Amino acid sequence: MASQIDEQQVKHVASLAKLEFTDEQLSKFTPQLESIIDLFESIDKVDTTGVIPMTSASDQINAMREDKAVNSHQCDELLKNAPDTEDGYIKVPAIIDESGDGE
Amino acid sequence: MNFETTIGLEVHVELKTNSKIFSPSPVQFGSDPNANTNVIDWGYPGVLPSTNKGVVEDGIRAALALHAEVEPHQHFDRKNYFYPDNPKAYQISQSESPMAHDGWIEIEVDGQKKKIGIAEMHIEEDAGKNSHSPNGFSYVDLNRQGTPLIEIVSKPEIASPDEAYAYLEALRQRIQFTGISDVKMEEGSMRVDVNISIRPIGSDKFGTKTELKNLNSFNYVRKGLAFEEKRQQQVLMSGGKIGQETRRYDEASGTTILMRVKEGSDDYRYFPEPDLPVLNISQDWIDEIGQTMPEMPGDRRKRYINDLGLTDYDAMVLTQTKEMSDFFEATIAEGADAKMASNYLQGDVNAFLNDNQVDLQETDLTPAHLAGMIKLISDGTISTKIAKKVFKAITKGEDPDAFVKEKGLIQLSDPAQLQPMIDEVLAANEQSVEDFKNGKDRAIGFLVGQIMKKTHGQANPKVVNQLLIASLKAL
Repeated sequence: MASQIDEQQVKHVASLAKLEFTDEQLSKFTPQLESIIDLFESIDKVDTTGVIPMTSASDQINAMREDKAVNSHQCDELLKNAPDTEDGYIKVPAIIDESGDGE
Repeated sequence: MNFETTIGLEVHVELKTNSKIFSPSPVQFGSDPNANTNVIDWGYPGVLPSTNKGVVEDGIRAALALHAEVEPHQHFDRKNYFYPDNPKAYQISQSESPMAHDGWIEIEVDGQKKKIGIAEMHIEEDAGKNSHSPNGFSYVDLNRQGTPLIEIVSKPEIASPDEAYAYLEALRQRIQFTGISDVKMEEGSMRVDVNISIRPIGSDKFGTKTELKNLNSFNYVRKGLAFEEKRQQQVLMSGGKIGQETRRYDEASGTTILMRVKEGSDDYRYFPEPDLPVLNISQDWIDEIGQTMPEMPGDRRKRYINDLGLTDYDAMVLTQTKEMSDFFEATIAEGADAKMASNYLQGDVNAFLNDNQVDLQETDLTPAHLAGMIKLISDGTISTKIAKKVFKAITKGEDPDAFVKEKGLIQLSDPAQLQPMIDEVLAANEQSVEDFKNGKDRAIGFLVGQIMKKTHGQANPKVVNQLLIASLKAL
């Protein structure tokens, strides 16, 4: 299978994930990602004509929860796993990037 | 060159459900940071989200309120982005099969009615909240993470900042009347993203659009858009080009300031959310929800004008919020005169709410008490002047009948009691009596005032007037 991904694309995907790779890492990861893509390309060979696209592994339909609030009181446990906390907040290095979605 | 303007609005409204959209954590404001979170909200490995039925129903409710077509086969999609307000590194949203599409709402600008199309609306989860500190750190509270949102995307049919304002007002009203959200910009339960482009009239291609941020009220949306419209015209007239950029509205100067230039399109790599089962929305379900839909503001306005005899203006003000409209209807159901109830709500009640910066539901005022006071005025038990005192009492939750009795505020209408006072006043003010005889009608006002003073405002002015004129003529 022909090469599907180049170092530029790996850099782009990394930047979307807020990661930075050294040249050494780039030349290591690029062929790895390429082989993953090649593997997935083999799935493309399956004839899916007339097959409805599947969006979920579950075959349930309309499995929904009633709108009842349950506080799990997991806050203290969860905060223990945060790298740093202060007054109940997760403390992170200053966010200078633009705001995320929904803001 | 003449230009035409195209404005697009994306509105997020936060739903008032008990629990989050994909986890049972409570949706609650003012809690301790991270108190309302669980492993699902934090995006722990191996957790399984589950769809809140209440959110799907609210989505259908919103679709009906916006005359939109509900999509019968829906699934959720992942929108991938990395940011500390969202520990999963993706937002669960709907991209391929949004909740509903092709809706519309009616707006009115300068007496002109116009339908603005709604391209689509979908349900999704909110992100957490970051607060920034000057000490080099940011602080993350995930209580808001997973709060249900509805995003409503307009069609490019809004042609002026005034239309944008009217659209937001109409949208806010309709959503508020469904009861699914508080839709308050100042509290973040309604958020507006705005884009605007201009093109020479007749051009078949849209111009490059700029996005505006930091528009924290409808008024700023209108002002920001008006500035941006003019700025783009000036750039194009002087031979320049509009850049694809995000600009910040500056409240102090009323201008927009460049924040960043957008390079390429956003790369969210959407894909179907595999952890959540698909939704099939039947017509039966939609009909069932349709039957529980409250009457919309437009229908209420018509009823107020046609059945209750209110003016267009009164009907418009009373239906601004569902709270006010419901309060008005409850007040007249308690037997108050519609016009008087309308006047009191727009006058004293609104002034009271503004002075105290509270919402109607936060006060001790009840429709029964307001109706009680209005009935006391209607049947002549108290004067409108005394009603000022009674109004103060009912804002503190006091019963108007009991208050009037206890304070002895019942209006003095008995001629047997009033006549001696009138005689006294006439005897003490010979000059005014003389003036009246010389044709100075103004003297009456002065004399009535004297009697009102004597009775501490409790005399029935109508009765006093009659008795006084009779007495003067008999002199």
